[in-house]
Amino acid sequence: MKHYSAFAVAREALRYHTGWERAWRSPEPKKRYDVIIVGAGGHGLATAYYLGKNYGIQNVAVIEKGWLGGGNTGRNTTIIRSNYLQDPSAAIYEKARSLYEDLSQDLNYNIMFSPRGVMMLAQTQHEIRGYQRTAHANALQGVKTEWITPERVKELVPIINLDGPRYPVLGALWQERGGTARHDAVAWGYARACSAMGMDIIQQCEVTGVRSDNGRVVGVDTTKGAIDCDKLGIVVAGHSGQLAEMAGFRLPLEAIALQALVSEPIKPCMDVVVMANTVHGYMSQSDKGEMVIGGGTDGFNNYTQRGSFHHIEETVRALVETFPMISRLKMLRQWGGIVDMTGDRSPILSKTPLQGCFINGGWGTGGFKAIPGSGWGMAQLMATGHSPLTEAFSLDRFKEGRFIDESVAAGVAH
Amino acid sequence: MLILNCPYCSVAAEETELAAGGEAHLKRFGPDSSDEDFHDYLFMRENPKGVHFERWRHANGCGKWFHAARCTQTLEVFGTYPAQTTEPPQEIKDAITAKRPGWSRRDFS
Repeated sequence: MKHYSAFAVAREALRYHTGWERAWRSPEPKKRYDVIIVGAGGHGLATAYYLGKNYGIQNVAVIEKGWLGGGNTGRNTTIIRSNYLQDPSAAIYEKARSLYEDLSQDLNYNIMFSPRGVMMLAQTQHEIRGYQRTAHANALQGVKTEWITPERVKELVPIINLDGPRYPVLGALWQERGGTARHDAVAWGYARACSAMGMDIIQQCEVTGVRSDNGRVVGVDTTKGAIDCDKLGIVVAGHSGQLAEMAGFRLPLEAIALQALVSEPIKPCMDVVVMANTVHGYMSQSDKGEMVIGGGTDGFNNYTQRGSFHHIEETVRALVETFPMISRLKMLRQWGGIVDMTGDRSPILSKTPLQGCFINGGWGTGGFKAIPGSGWGMAQLMATGHSPLTEAFSLDRFKEGRFIDESVAAGVAH
Repeated sequence: MLILNCPYCSVAAEETELAAGGEAHLKRFGPDSSDEDFHDYLFMRENPKGVHFERWRHANGCGKWFHAARCTQTLEVFGTYPAQTTEPPQEIKDAITAKRPGWSRRDFS
Protein backbone atom coordinates (compact mmCIF):
# COMPACT_ATOMS: atom_id res chain seq x y z
CA MET A 1 0.00 0.00 0.00
CA LYS A 2 1.43 3.35 -1.01
CA HIS A 3 1.21 5.96 1.71
CA TYR A 4 -1.06 8.92 1.01
CA SER A 5 0.56 12.25 1.86
CA ALA A 6 1.03 15.79 0.62
CA PHE A 7 4.31 14.60 -0.84
CA ALA A 8 2.50 11.80 -2.74
CA VAL A 9 0.06 14.33 -4.23
CA ALA A 10 2.95 16.52 -5.36
CA ARG A 11 4.86 13.51 -6.77
CA GLU A 12 1.83 12.32 -8.72
CA ALA A 13 1.07 15.82 -9.98
CA LEU A 14 4.53 15.85 -11.57
CA ARG A 15 3.91 12.58 -13.41
CA TYR A 16 0.34 13.11 -14.55
CA HIS A 17 -1.15 10.96 -11.79
CA THR A 18 0.02 7.71 -13.35
CA GLY A 19 1.35 6.27 -10.10
CA TRP A 20 -1.83 5.85 -8.05
CA GLU A 21 -2.71 2.28 -7.32
CA ARG A 22 -6.08 0.71 -6.55
CA ALA A 23 -7.08 1.35 -2.95
CA TRP A 24 -7.90 -2.32 -2.35
CA ARG A 25 -7.49 -5.61 -4.20
CA SER A 26 -10.45 -7.62 -5.52
CA PRO A 27 -9.21 -11.21 -5.22
CA GLU A 28 -10.98 -14.49 -5.81
CA PRO A 29 -11.82 -16.25 -2.54
CA LYS A 30 -9.32 -18.71 -1.08
CA LYS A 31 -10.41 -22.15 0.09
CA ARG A 32 -10.11 -21.29 3.76
CA TYR A 33 -9.80 -18.34 6.13
CA ASP A 34 -9.37 -18.06 9.90
CA VAL A 35 -12.22 -15.58 10.03
CA ILE A 36 -14.95 -14.73 7.57
CA ILE A 37 -16.92 -11.52 8.02
CA VAL A 38 -20.18 -11.34 6.07
CA GLY A 39 -20.95 -7.78 5.07
CA ALA A 40 -18.45 -5.20 3.80
CA GLY A 41 -20.11 -2.17 5.29
CA GLY A 42 -18.53 0.05 7.90
CA HIS A 43 -19.12 -2.32 10.82
CA GLY A 44 -17.87 -5.42 8.97
CA LEU A 45 -14.74 -3.76 7.64
CA ALA A 46 -14.00 -2.14 11.01
CA THR A 47 -14.33 -5.56 12.66
CA ALA A 48 -11.86 -7.03 10.17
CA TYR A 49 -9.49 -4.09 10.59
CA TYR A 50 -9.31 -4.32 14.39
CA LEU A 51 -9.00 -8.13 14.22
CA GLY A 52 -5.85 -7.58 12.20
CA LYS A 53 -4.56 -4.52 13.99
CA ASN A 54 -5.29 -5.42 17.62
CA TYR A 55 -5.10 -9.22 17.52
CA GLY A 56 -2.85 -10.07 14.56
CA ILE A 57 -5.57 -12.14 12.87
CA GLN A 58 -4.98 -11.30 9.22
CA ASN A 59 -6.15 -14.40 7.37
CA VAL A 60 -9.57 -12.79 7.02
CA ALA A 61 -12.13 -12.50 4.24
CA VAL A 62 -14.87 -9.88 4.12
CA ILE A 63 -17.68 -11.10 1.87
CA GLU A 64 -20.17 -8.66 0.37
CA LYS A 65 -23.33 -9.38 -1.62
CA GLY A 66 -23.38 -6.03 -3.39
CA TRP A 67 -20.60 -3.50 -3.40
CA LEU A 68 -18.47 -2.23 -0.57
CA GLY A 69 -20.21 0.37 1.58
CA GLY A 70 -23.33 0.26 -0.60
CA GLY A 71 -25.81 -0.51 2.15
CA ASN A 72 -26.55 1.64 5.15
CA THR A 73 -22.95 2.88 5.31
CA GLY A 74 -23.65 4.86 2.15
CA ARG A 75 -27.22 5.78 3.10
CA ASN A 76 -27.04 7.42 6.51
CA THR A 77 -26.91 11.08 7.48
CA THR A 78 -23.31 10.77 8.78
CA ILE A 79 -24.00 12.06 12.29
CA ILE A 80 -21.52 11.15 15.02
CA ARG A 81 -22.44 11.63 18.68
CA SER A 82 -22.26 9.71 21.95
CA ASN A 83 -24.73 11.53 24.22
CA TYR A 84 -26.65 8.40 25.21
CA LEU A 85 -28.42 7.83 28.48
CA GLN A 86 -27.56 4.23 29.32
CA ASP A 87 -24.02 3.34 30.44
CA PRO A 88 -23.32 0.51 27.94
CA SER A 89 -24.49 2.70 25.04
CA ALA A 90 -22.45 5.68 26.16
CA ALA A 91 -19.39 3.42 26.51
CA ILE A 92 -19.50 1.95 22.99
CA TYR A 93 -20.60 5.14 21.22
CA GLU A 94 -18.01 7.25 23.06
CA LYS A 95 -15.33 4.69 22.19
CA ALA A 96 -16.42 5.06 18.57
CA ARG A 97 -16.46 8.85 18.73
CA SER A 98 -13.01 8.98 20.29
CA LEU A 99 -11.65 6.60 17.61
CA TYR A 100 -13.17 8.84 14.91
CA GLU A 101 -11.06 11.73 16.24
CA ASP A 102 -7.84 10.32 14.78
CA LEU A 103 -9.19 7.71 12.39
CA SER A 104 -7.89 9.60 9.35
CA GLN A 105 -4.34 9.37 10.71
CA ASP A 106 -4.79 5.76 11.81
CA LEU A 107 -6.07 4.62 8.41
CA ASN A 108 -3.97 7.05 6.37
CA TYR A 109 -7.23 7.95 4.62
CA ASN A 110 -9.08 11.23 4.98
CA ILE A 111 -12.47 10.38 6.44
CA MET A 112 -13.19 14.10 6.87
CA PHE A 113 -14.22 13.86 10.51
CA SER A 114 -15.71 17.21 11.34
CA PRO A 115 -16.37 17.66 15.09
CA ARG A 116 -18.68 20.58 14.45
CA GLY A 117 -20.97 19.88 17.40
CA VAL A 118 -24.29 18.10 17.70
CA MET A 119 -27.30 19.84 19.17
CA MET A 120 -30.44 18.01 20.24
CA LEU A 121 -33.26 20.50 20.64
CA ALA A 122 -35.66 20.35 23.56
CA GLN A 123 -39.06 21.50 22.33
CA THR A 124 -41.30 20.25 25.13
CA GLN A 125 -41.09 20.29 28.93
CA HIS A 126 -40.53 16.53 28.84
CA GLU A 127 -37.55 16.92 26.61
CA ILE A 128 -36.02 19.56 28.87
CA ARG A 129 -36.12 17.13 31.77
CA GLY A 130 -35.00 14.22 29.58
CA TYR A 131 -31.97 16.01 28.17
CA GLN A 132 -30.94 17.52 31.49
CA ARG A 133 -31.00 13.99 32.86
CA THR A 134 -28.91 12.80 29.90
CA ALA A 135 -26.43 15.63 30.47
CA HIS A 136 -26.03 14.53 34.11
CA ALA A 137 -25.69 10.88 33.06
CA ASN A 138 -23.07 11.85 30.48
CA ALA A 139 -21.11 13.75 33.15
CA LEU A 140 -20.94 10.53 35.19
CA GLN A 141 -20.01 8.49 32.12
CA GLY A 142 -17.20 10.85 31.16
CA VAL A 143 -18.92 11.96 27.95
CA LYS A 144 -18.62 15.69 27.51
CA THR A 145 -22.07 17.19 26.91
CA GLU A 146 -23.89 20.18 28.34
CA TRP A 147 -27.36 21.65 28.61
CA ILE A 148 -27.55 24.99 26.80
CA THR A 149 -30.11 27.80 26.83
CA PRO A 150 -32.20 29.00 23.86
CA GLU A 151 -29.97 32.10 23.61
CA ARG A 152 -26.90 29.93 23.14
CA VAL A 153 -28.83 27.81 20.58
CA LYS A 154 -29.57 30.95 18.56
CA GLU A 155 -25.91 31.99 18.80
CA LEU A 156 -24.77 28.63 17.40
CA VAL A 157 -27.56 28.32 14.81
CA PRO A 158 -28.61 31.78 13.62
CA ILE A 159 -31.09 30.36 11.08
CA ILE A 160 -33.21 28.74 13.77
CA ASN A 161 -36.65 30.01 14.77
CA LEU A 162 -36.80 29.84 18.59
CA ASP A 163 -40.45 30.73 19.12
CA GLY A 164 -42.32 28.52 16.69
CA PRO A 165 -46.04 28.40 17.46
CA ARG A 166 -46.23 24.68 18.18
CA TYR A 167 -42.69 23.68 19.07
CA PRO A 168 -40.67 26.53 20.58
CA VAL A 169 -36.99 25.82 21.25
CA LEU A 170 -36.60 25.64 25.01
CA GLY A 171 -32.94 24.66 25.16
CA ALA A 172 -30.72 21.88 23.86
CA LEU A 173 -28.34 19.10 24.73
CA TRP A 174 -25.02 20.09 23.18
CA GLN A 175 -22.11 17.79 22.42
CA GLU A 176 -19.26 19.93 21.21
CA ARG A 177 -17.10 17.07 19.90
CA GLY A 178 -19.88 15.34 18.02
CA GLY A 179 -20.19 16.02 14.33
CA THR A 180 -20.08 14.33 10.96
CA ALA A 181 -17.68 12.38 8.76
CA ARG A 182 -17.61 11.37 5.11
CA HIS A 183 -19.53 8.09 5.32
CA ASP A 184 -18.18 6.44 2.15
CA ALA A 185 -14.63 7.33 3.10
CA VAL A 186 -15.02 5.46 6.39
CA ALA A 187 -15.79 2.25 4.48
CA TRP A 188 -13.13 2.95 1.85
CA GLY A 189 -10.47 3.79 4.43
CA TYR A 190 -11.10 0.61 6.42
CA ALA A 191 -11.20 -1.45 3.19
CA ARG A 192 -7.87 -0.06 2.04
CA ALA A 193 -6.25 -0.72 5.41
CA CYS A 194 -7.68 -4.26 5.54
CA SER A 195 -6.49 -5.01 2.03
CA ALA A 196 -3.03 -3.73 2.93
CA MET A 197 -2.90 -6.24 5.78
CA GLY A 198 -3.52 -9.02 3.26
CA MET A 199 -7.20 -9.49 3.95
CA ASP A 200 -9.47 -10.39 1.04
CA ILE A 201 -12.49 -8.20 0.33
CA ILE A 202 -14.77 -10.20 -1.93
CA GLN A 203 -17.57 -8.17 -3.49
CA GLN A 204 -20.49 -9.38 -5.59
CA CYS A 205 -20.47 -12.61 -3.63
CA GLU A 206 -23.65 -13.58 -1.83
CA VAL A 207 -23.69 -15.97 1.11
CA THR A 208 -26.29 -18.65 0.41
CA GLY A 209 -25.77 -20.92 3.39
CA VAL A 210 -23.87 -21.39 6.62
CA ARG A 211 -22.22 -24.78 7.07
CA SER A 212 -21.83 -26.28 10.50
CA ASP A 213 -20.58 -29.49 12.01
CA ASN A 214 -21.66 -30.66 15.45
CA GLY A 215 -22.98 -27.24 16.47
CA ARG A 216 -19.87 -25.46 15.29
CA VAL A 217 -19.52 -23.26 12.23
CA VAL A 218 -17.14 -24.63 9.57
CA GLY A 219 -17.75 -22.36 6.61
CA VAL A 220 -20.17 -20.65 4.27
CA ASP A 221 -21.65 -21.45 0.87
CA THR A 222 -21.50 -18.51 -1.49
CA THR A 223 -22.25 -17.70 -5.11
CA LYS A 224 -18.48 -18.06 -5.63
CA GLY A 225 -18.33 -21.51 -4.03
CA ALA A 226 -17.88 -22.88 -0.54
CA ILE A 227 -15.36 -21.20 1.76
CA ASP A 228 -14.14 -22.71 5.04
CA CYS A 229 -13.54 -20.75 8.21
CA ASP A 230 -12.91 -21.16 11.94
CA LYS A 231 -14.97 -18.18 12.96
CA LEU A 232 -17.80 -16.36 11.26
CA GLY A 233 -18.98 -12.82 11.91
CA ILE A 234 -22.41 -11.80 10.61
CA VAL A 235 -22.47 -8.03 10.15
CA VAL A 236 -25.22 -7.43 7.61
CA ALA A 237 -27.65 -4.91 9.16
CA GLY A 238 -31.02 -5.23 7.43
CA HIS A 239 -30.50 -8.84 6.39
CA SER A 240 -29.34 -10.12 9.80
CA GLY A 241 -32.51 -12.19 10.09
CA GLN A 242 -31.85 -14.02 6.80
CA LEU A 243 -28.25 -14.85 7.74
CA ALA A 244 -29.29 -15.98 11.21
CA GLU A 245 -31.85 -18.28 9.66
CA MET A 246 -29.13 -19.83 7.48
CA ALA A 247 -27.08 -20.33 10.64
CA GLY A 248 -30.02 -21.97 12.38
CA PHE A 249 -31.11 -19.44 14.98
CA ARG A 250 -33.48 -16.51 15.21
CA LEU A 251 -32.95 -12.89 16.13
CA PRO A 252 -35.31 -10.48 17.89
CA LEU A 253 -35.21 -8.06 14.97
CA GLU A 254 -37.52 -6.49 12.44
CA ALA A 255 -36.38 -4.84 9.20
CA ILE A 256 -37.91 -1.50 8.31
CA ALA A 257 -37.08 1.39 6.00
CA LEU A 258 -35.47 4.63 7.12
CA GLN A 259 -35.24 7.50 4.67
CA ALA A 260 -33.07 10.54 4.20
CA LEU A 261 -32.92 13.34 1.67
CA VAL A 262 -30.68 16.20 0.60
CA SER A 263 -31.46 19.64 -0.77
CA GLU A 264 -29.83 21.55 -3.56
CA PRO A 265 -26.43 22.93 -2.48
CA ILE A 266 -26.53 26.37 -0.89
CA LYS A 267 -23.95 28.64 0.70
CA PRO A 268 -22.83 27.74 4.24
CA CYS A 269 -25.63 28.59 6.66
CA MET A 270 -25.43 26.10 9.52
CA ASP A 271 -22.18 24.70 10.86
CA VAL A 272 -23.54 22.32 13.50
CA VAL A 273 -25.77 19.25 13.41
CA VAL A 274 -29.27 19.94 14.73
CA MET A 275 -31.63 17.17 15.80
CA ALA A 276 -35.25 17.81 16.72
CA ASN A 277 -36.65 14.61 18.15
CA THR A 278 -40.12 15.83 19.03
CA VAL A 279 -40.87 16.64 15.41
CA HIS A 280 -38.85 13.74 13.95
CA GLY A 281 -36.30 15.67 11.98
CA TYR A 282 -32.58 16.30 11.91
CA MET A 283 -30.45 18.39 9.64
CA SER A 284 -26.85 19.27 8.89
CA GLN A 285 -25.05 20.91 5.99
CA SER A 286 -22.62 18.83 3.96
CA ASP A 287 -19.33 20.15 2.67
CA LYS A 288 -20.92 20.44 -0.76
CA GLY A 289 -23.56 22.75 0.71
CA GLU A 290 -26.50 20.38 0.60
CA MET A 291 -28.78 20.30 3.62
CA VAL A 292 -28.78 16.65 4.71
CA ILE A 293 -32.12 15.76 6.28
CA GLY A 294 -33.29 12.67 8.09
CA GLY A 295 -36.53 11.77 9.76
CA GLY A 296 -38.55 8.97 11.26
CA THR A 297 -38.85 5.39 10.10
CA ASP A 298 -41.77 3.81 8.33
CA GLY A 299 -43.94 1.77 10.63
CA PHE A 300 -44.00 -1.52 8.74
CA ASN A 301 -41.66 -4.33 7.68
CA ASN A 302 -39.92 -3.51 4.44
CA TYR A 303 -36.89 -4.78 2.51
CA THR A 304 -37.14 -2.54 -0.54
CA GLN A 305 -34.78 0.34 0.36
CA ARG A 306 -37.68 2.64 -0.57
CA GLY A 307 -39.79 4.48 1.93
CA SER A 308 -43.16 6.16 2.06
CA PHE A 309 -43.40 9.66 0.72
CA HIS A 310 -45.59 11.01 3.47
CA HIS A 311 -42.82 10.49 6.03
CA ILE A 312 -40.65 12.85 4.04
CA GLU A 313 -43.46 15.34 3.94
CA GLU A 314 -43.86 15.14 7.73
CA THR A 315 -40.13 15.55 8.31
CA VAL A 316 -39.80 18.55 6.01
CA ARG A 317 -42.96 20.16 7.36
CA ALA A 318 -41.60 19.91 10.89
CA LEU A 319 -38.20 21.29 9.94
CA VAL A 320 -39.73 24.23 8.06
CA GLU A 321 -41.31 25.41 11.29
CA THR A 322 -37.97 25.37 13.10
CA PHE A 323 -35.93 26.58 10.10
CA PRO A 324 -38.27 28.87 8.09
CA MET A 325 -35.54 29.69 5.54
CA ILE A 326 -35.51 26.14 4.16
CA SER A 327 -39.11 26.47 2.92
CA ARG A 328 -37.83 27.67 -0.47
CA LEU A 329 -35.21 24.94 -0.85
CA LYS A 330 -35.57 22.36 -3.57
CA MET A 331 -34.88 18.79 -2.55
CA LEU A 332 -32.48 16.93 -4.82
CA ARG A 333 -32.44 13.30 -3.80
CA GLN A 334 -34.23 10.95 -1.46
CA TRP A 335 -33.33 7.39 -0.59
CA GLY A 336 -33.99 4.64 1.92
CA GLY A 337 -32.04 2.02 3.78
CA ILE A 338 -33.15 -1.12 5.58
CA VAL A 339 -32.52 -0.95 9.29
CA ASP A 340 -32.84 -3.86 11.70
CA MET A 341 -34.65 -2.80 14.84
CA THR A 342 -34.51 -4.59 18.19
CA GLY A 343 -37.13 -4.28 20.90
CA ASP A 344 -35.02 -1.97 23.06
CA ARG A 345 -33.51 -0.07 20.10
CA SER A 346 -29.99 -1.13 21.11
CA PRO A 347 -27.67 -3.29 19.00
CA ILE A 348 -26.78 -6.95 19.38
CA LEU A 349 -23.06 -7.81 19.55
CA SER A 350 -22.96 -11.34 20.71
CA LYS A 351 -21.98 -14.96 20.53
CA THR A 352 -24.75 -17.07 19.02
CA PRO A 353 -26.17 -20.56 19.61
CA LEU A 354 -23.89 -21.72 16.77
CA GLN A 355 -20.36 -22.05 18.13
CA GLY A 356 -17.79 -19.87 16.41
CA CYS A 357 -20.49 -17.71 14.87
CA PHE A 358 -20.87 -14.13 16.07
CA ILE A 359 -23.48 -11.50 15.30
CA ASN A 360 -23.14 -7.74 15.08
CA GLY A 361 -26.44 -6.16 14.11
CA GLY A 362 -29.57 -4.45 15.29
CA TRP A 363 -28.00 -1.01 15.07
CA GLY A 364 -31.35 0.22 13.86
CA THR A 365 -31.34 3.86 12.87
CA GLY A 366 -28.06 4.81 14.51
CA GLY A 367 -25.21 2.63 13.30
CA PHE A 368 -22.88 4.96 11.44
CA LYS A 369 -21.68 6.84 14.51
CA ALA A 370 -20.74 3.54 16.16
CA ILE A 371 -18.62 2.02 13.39
CA PRO A 372 -15.13 2.20 14.96
CA GLY A 373 -16.33 1.26 18.46
CA SER A 374 -18.47 -1.56 17.13
CA GLY A 375 -15.57 -2.95 15.11
CA TRP A 376 -13.24 -2.59 18.09
CA GLY A 377 -15.58 -4.45 20.46
CA MET A 378 -16.64 -7.06 17.91
CA ALA A 379 -12.99 -7.84 17.06
CA GLN A 380 -12.22 -8.29 20.75
CA LEU A 381 -15.26 -10.53 21.18
CA MET A 382 -14.33 -12.66 18.16
CA ALA A 383 -10.63 -12.91 19.03
CA THR A 384 -10.83 -13.47 22.78
CA GLY A 385 -14.42 -14.55 23.42
CA HIS A 386 -15.10 -11.58 25.67
CA SER A 387 -15.28 -7.81 25.40
CA PRO A 388 -16.29 -5.30 28.07
CA LEU A 389 -17.65 -3.07 25.30
CA THR A 390 -20.07 -5.65 23.93
CA GLU A 391 -20.89 -7.62 27.08
CA ALA A 392 -24.17 -5.82 27.79
CA PHE A 393 -25.32 -6.15 24.17
CA SER A 394 -25.56 -9.94 24.20
CA LEU A 395 -28.39 -11.86 22.60
CA ASP A 396 -29.67 -13.26 25.90
CA ARG A 397 -30.38 -9.83 27.39
CA PHE A 398 -33.96 -10.07 26.15
CA LYS A 399 -34.57 -13.32 27.98
CA GLU A 400 -32.91 -12.02 31.10
CA GLY A 401 -34.66 -8.66 31.04
CA ARG A 402 -31.42 -6.66 30.87
CA PHE A 403 -32.66 -4.17 28.30
CA ILE A 404 -30.56 -1.24 27.26
CA ASP A 405 -33.58 0.88 26.68
CA GLU A 406 -32.66 3.64 24.30
CA SER A 407 -36.08 3.72 22.67
CA VAL A 408 -37.33 5.79 25.57
CA ALA A 409 -34.07 7.59 26.21
CA ALA A 410 -33.32 8.62 22.64
CA GLY A 411 -36.82 9.26 21.35
CA VAL A 412 -37.01 8.53 17.66
CA ALA A 413 -34.03 10.07 15.93
CA HIS A 414 -31.42 7.70 17.21
CA MET B 1 -47.89 4.78 -1.52
CA LEU B 2 -49.33 1.77 0.26
CA ILE B 3 -53.07 1.31 -0.26
CA LEU B 4 -55.05 -1.27 1.71
CA ASN B 5 -58.75 -2.04 1.38
CA CYS B 6 -60.39 -1.90 4.77
CA PRO B 7 -62.46 -5.10 5.04
CA TYR B 8 -64.97 -3.40 7.36
CA CYS B 9 -65.81 -0.13 5.63
CA SER B 10 -64.57 -1.17 2.15
CA VAL B 11 -62.59 2.03 1.73
CA ALA B 12 -59.35 1.90 -0.24
CA ALA B 13 -57.32 3.49 2.52
CA GLU B 14 -53.94 5.03 1.80
CA GLU B 15 -51.07 4.95 4.20
CA THR B 16 -51.75 8.20 6.03
CA GLU B 17 -55.14 6.81 7.08
CA LEU B 18 -53.59 3.67 8.50
CA ALA B 19 -51.55 2.72 11.53
CA ALA B 20 -49.26 -0.30 11.36
CA GLY B 21 -49.62 -2.80 14.18
CA GLY B 22 -46.90 -5.35 13.54
CA GLU B 23 -47.03 -9.07 12.86
CA ALA B 24 -50.42 -10.80 12.88
CA HIS B 25 -51.46 -14.18 14.28
CA LEU B 26 -49.08 -14.12 17.23
CA LYS B 27 -49.74 -16.78 19.81
CA ARG B 28 -49.97 -15.08 23.14
CA PHE B 29 -48.24 -16.54 26.18
CA GLY B 30 -49.05 -15.38 29.67
CA PRO B 31 -47.98 -15.84 33.28
CA ASP B 32 -47.98 -19.66 33.33
CA SER B 33 -45.98 -20.17 30.17
CA SER B 34 -42.32 -21.16 29.96
CA ASP B 35 -39.62 -18.47 29.83
CA GLU B 36 -38.82 -19.57 26.31
CA ASP B 37 -42.38 -19.11 25.03
CA PHE B 38 -42.82 -15.79 26.80
CA HIS B 39 -39.51 -14.51 25.36
CA ASP B 40 -40.48 -15.54 21.85
CA TYR B 41 -43.93 -14.00 22.17
CA LEU B 42 -42.48 -10.69 23.37
CA PHE B 43 -39.45 -10.31 21.11
CA MET B 44 -39.22 -12.82 18.28
CA ARG B 45 -40.93 -11.89 15.05
CA GLU B 46 -40.90 -13.76 11.79
CA ASN B 47 -39.50 -10.73 9.91
CA PRO B 48 -39.63 -12.47 6.52
CA LYS B 49 -38.23 -11.16 3.27
CA GLY B 50 -41.37 -12.01 1.33
CA VAL B 51 -44.92 -12.83 2.38
CA HIS B 52 -45.88 -11.21 5.66
CA PHE B 53 -49.13 -11.13 7.63
CA GLU B 54 -49.72 -7.90 9.48
CA ARG B 55 -52.13 -6.08 11.72
CA TRP B 56 -53.28 -2.68 10.57
CA ARG B 57 -55.72 -0.20 12.00
CA HIS B 58 -57.89 2.04 9.88
CA ALA B 59 -57.00 4.81 12.29
CA ASN B 60 -58.24 7.84 10.38
CA GLY B 61 -61.28 6.00 9.07
CA CYS B 62 -63.54 3.49 10.74
CA GLY B 63 -60.97 2.90 13.48
CA LYS B 64 -61.08 -0.88 13.29
CA TRP B 65 -58.23 -3.38 13.32
CA PHE B 66 -57.83 -5.69 10.35
CA HIS B 67 -55.20 -7.97 8.84
CA ALA B 68 -53.27 -7.68 5.60
CA ALA B 69 -51.09 -10.07 3.61
CA ARG B 70 -48.25 -8.19 2.01
CA CYS B 71 -44.84 -8.85 0.44
CA THR B 72 -42.01 -7.06 2.22
CA GLN B 73 -39.74 -7.50 -0.79
CA THR B 74 -41.99 -5.99 -3.48
CA LEU B 75 -44.57 -4.11 -1.36
CA GLU B 76 -47.27 -6.05 -3.23
CA VAL B 77 -50.55 -6.47 -1.32
CA PHE B 78 -52.20 -9.90 -1.60
CA GLY B 79 -55.35 -9.02 0.30
CA THR B 80 -56.90 -7.87 3.55
CA TYR B 81 -59.24 -9.70 5.92
CA PRO B 82 -61.01 -9.15 9.24
CA ALA B 83 -59.01 -9.57 12.43
CA GLN B 84 -61.31 -12.11 14.10
CA THR B 85 -59.30 -15.12 13.00
CA THR B 86 -56.25 -17.05 14.17
CA GLU B 87 -54.96 -17.76 10.71
CA PRO B 88 -55.29 -16.34 7.19
CA PRO B 89 -58.46 -17.40 5.34
CA GLN B 90 -58.18 -19.80 2.42
CA GLU B 91 -58.88 -17.18 -0.28
CA ILE B 92 -55.96 -15.09 0.97
CA LYS B 93 -53.71 -18.14 0.92
CA ASP B 94 -54.90 -18.91 -2.62
CA ALA B 95 -54.23 -15.34 -3.73
CA ILE B 96 -50.69 -15.63 -2.42
CA THR B 97 -50.16 -19.06 -4.03
CA ALA B 98 -51.33 -17.63 -7.37
CA LYS B 99 -48.50 -15.09 -7.26
CA ARG B 100 -45.92 -17.06 -5.26
CA PRO B 101 -46.24 -20.69 -6.42
CA GLY B 102 -45.05 -23.19 -3.86
CA TRP B 103 -45.41 -20.71 -1.05
CA SER B 104 -46.30 -22.03 2.39
CA ARG B 105 -47.03 -20.24 5.63
CA ARG B 106 -44.36 -20.68 8.23
CA ASP B 107 -45.40 -21.09 11.79
CA PHE B 108 -42.67 -20.33 14.26
CA SER B 109 -44.63 -20.50 17.45
